[in-house]
Amino acid sequence: MAATVTREQISERITEALVELGAEKDEIKPEAEFEALDLDSLDLVELAQIVEEEWGVEITAKDMETMKTVGQALDVVEQRAS
Amino acid sequence: MREGCALVTGSSRGIGAATARALAGEGWPVGVNYHSGEDAANEVVGEIEAAGGKAVALQGDVADPATPDALLSALKEHFGPVLVLVNNAGVAADALTPQIDDEAWAKVIDTNLSGAFRLIRRAISPMMRARFGRVINIASVVGLRGNPGQANYAASKAGLIAVTRTVAAEVARRKVTVNAVAPGFVSTDLTADLGDEAIKAVPLRRAGTPEEVAACVRFLASEEAAYVTGTTLTVDGGMTA
Repeated sequence: MAATVTREQISERITEALVELGAEKDEIKPEAEFEALDLDSLDLVELAQIVEEEWGVEITAKDMETMKTVGQALDVVEQRAS
Repeated sequence: MREGCALVTGSSRGIGAATARALAGEGWPVGVNYHSGEDAANEVVGEIEAAGGKAVALQGDVADPATPDALLSALKEHFGPVLVLVNNAGVAADALTPQIDDEAWAKVIDTNLSGAFRLIRRAISPMMRARFGRVINIASVVGLRGNPGQANYAASKAGLIAVTRTVAAEVARRKVTVNAVAPGFVSTDLTADLGDEAIKAVPLRRAGTPEEVAACVRFLASEEAAYVTGTTLTVDGGMTA
């Protein structure tokens, strides 16, 4: 399952999740910081739940400390899902 | 009615059994968790079913770190996600402090505090995703006041109250509430050896009943209690007034 996931698919699902969490779709770009998207730590915890449900990828509290942008989240998920 | 269920730990007897019956009466399918009282748990399930409700008995020691996942996965299969979690399972190992050995300390903390925490940790994510959830932790007035001979029990219940407040603040925006109920003297197996002297400390001059505690849990689990979170409701006949 995990091996066939593309970055595009991950990006699509994560964008959908971020919109669900309250981010403006137009502002979601790889370089966008979560803080600028008005997303906080609770939102990121929920994003981590979605990522785990979708691809079985675990994002720890330590990962989150260094995950500041949408692109960094995509990197982590892509790396671990493949 | 929401699609989901309630889990009450330690609900084969006492406050847990009364709570399981009360939540079933509100229409929640209920997981009746027990550690060793299989017959009693089946009896509670039988009573709920006879009253037209749904319930299933589930064995599991909450002190075991593997139990939360086993219980929640099993309940998801039966009734859907757990949207109401009542952490009621508790043990006591009373002695004055010099006589509480490491084993008696750890046993009480593991069950009453760590067990409850692990269940909350496992249950809270589906509640957040559902944008609805109710966690009710059964604490004790001993966690508010202290009680000679119960350093371990009091510490576990005070810890549970602190967990209640903290998690409540963390998840409130997801419409998940987390509250504690702190009973005083209640007629259960755990308090069977308390004498008339103890009752004199209660302004109401009697022990409470499991049903009186369950009624408070039922309220905190309801839609009407949506704005109540992070609190500890004492149910003690005025003992801590």
